Amino acid sequence: MSPADDRDGPILAAGRCPNGHVSVPQHPVCPECGEKQTGTVDLSDRHGEVVTWTESRATPPGVREPNTIAIVEFDVDGTAVRAIGGTTGDVSTGDAVRPVYVEQLREPGAGIREPDSQDWDGFRFEPV
Amino acid sequence: MDVAIIGASMTKFGQREAWIRELLAEAGEACIDGSPVDRQAIDHLYVSNMASGEFEGQTGVMNALAHDLGLLGAYAERVDQTSASGGAGVYEAWQSVASGASEMTLLVGGEKMTHRTTAESTDVIASITHPFEYKHGLTLPSFAGLTARHYLERFDAPRESLAEVAVKNHANGANNPKAQFQKEIDVETALESPIVADPLRLYDFCPVTDGSAALLFCPVEVAREYTDEFVRVAGVDGATDTHVVHERDDPTVMGAVVDSGEGAFEMAGCTPDEIDVAELHDMFTILEFLQMEALGFAEHGHAWERVRAGETAMDGDLPVNTSGGLKSKGHPLGASGVAQVVELYEQLVGEAGPRQVPADRGLACNVGGFGNCVTTTILEAAG
Repeated sequence: MSPADDRDGPILAAGRCPNGHVSVPQHPVCPECGEKQTGTVDLSDRHGEVVTWTESRATPPGVREPNTIAIVEFDVDGTAVRAIGGTTGDVSTGDAVRPVYVEQLREPGAGIREPDSQDWDGFRFEPV
Repeated sequence: MDVAIIGASMTKFGQREAWIRELLAEAGEACIDGSPVDRQAIDHLYVSNMASGEFEGQTGVMNALAHDLGLLGAYAERVDQTSASGGAGVYEAWQSVASGASEMTLLVGGEKMTHRTTAESTDVIASITHPFEYKHGLTLPSFAGLTARHYLERFDAPRESLAEVAVKNHANGANNPKAQFQKEIDVETALESPIVADPLRLYDFCPVTDGSAALLFCPVEVAREYTDEFVRVAGVDGATDTHVVHERDDPTVMGAVVDSGEGAFEMAGCTPDEIDVAELHDMFTILEFLQMEALGFAEHGHAWERVRAGETAMDGDLPVNTSGGLKSKGHPLGASGVAQVVELYEQLVGEAGPRQVPADRGLACNVGGFGNCVTTTILEAAG
């Protein structure tokens, strides 16, 4: 059992391959080397740094408006791992943020994607 | 086998009453009519189209078009590579002739979009995203906003430099009767337009568009039997990058543009310095910088300087988007990559009218998603 499985409730999970490459989201095989991603890393309790952000004011059906989104970089054992997600407030490049769980990021079924084809919960980023 | 393009056409781009079948037939018919080739000679038909099923509820457009153009018996196939469907169609049409499978191939690209609201169209296009991205409401414009901010901050590029891309392409489009917008704008107008995905504003984005474009391919020796007026496909290549955009090592490097460009240059046996005119995929102004750099037309982080110096204007060293680009001409998804090559064809045979620039060799780069799938094509004047 990987450390990520010990935690109760949803986690912001990164996938890790046997060669130590890490990605968010998880993939069937490692985007870097093609090995299967057999491990997970839990980023839920870590702080990350905003690499860039945008405030989207023309959002599709079922998405909040405006929708502020950030690319956030985490340090995992000295390796930079990036994630993306909405933010809970205003952010600037370089800000420290932490993941916060949201049960429904977007209204399922309002857009073109079949509601049952994916999950709709996840993590937004809150300025620390 | 050397492959020629012997015919080219495009419909008026913009808000059209015609639906997808009619748009495709309009460009296809005009291409056949404008060429010296009889339609009975056409062996293969490729239809570049991203989402006629999602937009209109009409699928099977390749068979519909084969029937509507009187090409029954020909092999027909729909090519979907999202926004790069047109470039992918160019690649497939080239392959069909180069392999010897077809001696005459018609490629028609088209999309019907404007009957949908902008929000709905944005969602259809955003449906290319990974579930992890889609649930956060990521859209193509939001990727552009994220990347533009990073580029401006990292390379200390002025915000005005993006507006100048829009100003240039609108000026070019003003001379293109087929363009959706034939209206010049100034930098102030672009900078004061409504925010869409901060720091990008309305004039940093291409419009939602209906339209179609077509090309006719055959071996060079067959083209010579018909006419002296044709162009040669000197190089073509396609490549992919990550599905999840934020996983790329450097958000300002479009890896699939690098890879497809290198492949096309290698096949053509030429260098970026030897390109006379380029059509780049300016779905967003920032993409013109990223493609210039990935294709070797500018150093990484410096494309904005070439644009500011006027080097990509009509009278510059490397005119970029003489057609008006997607920004001004419009972006009917499946048509755009085909229409880029239509513009190059007209430039290379000397039929570009008020947009004509001196050119023997041209390059088109067609980008799907946010650099997810890319095709680069290099054309040379015949002779």
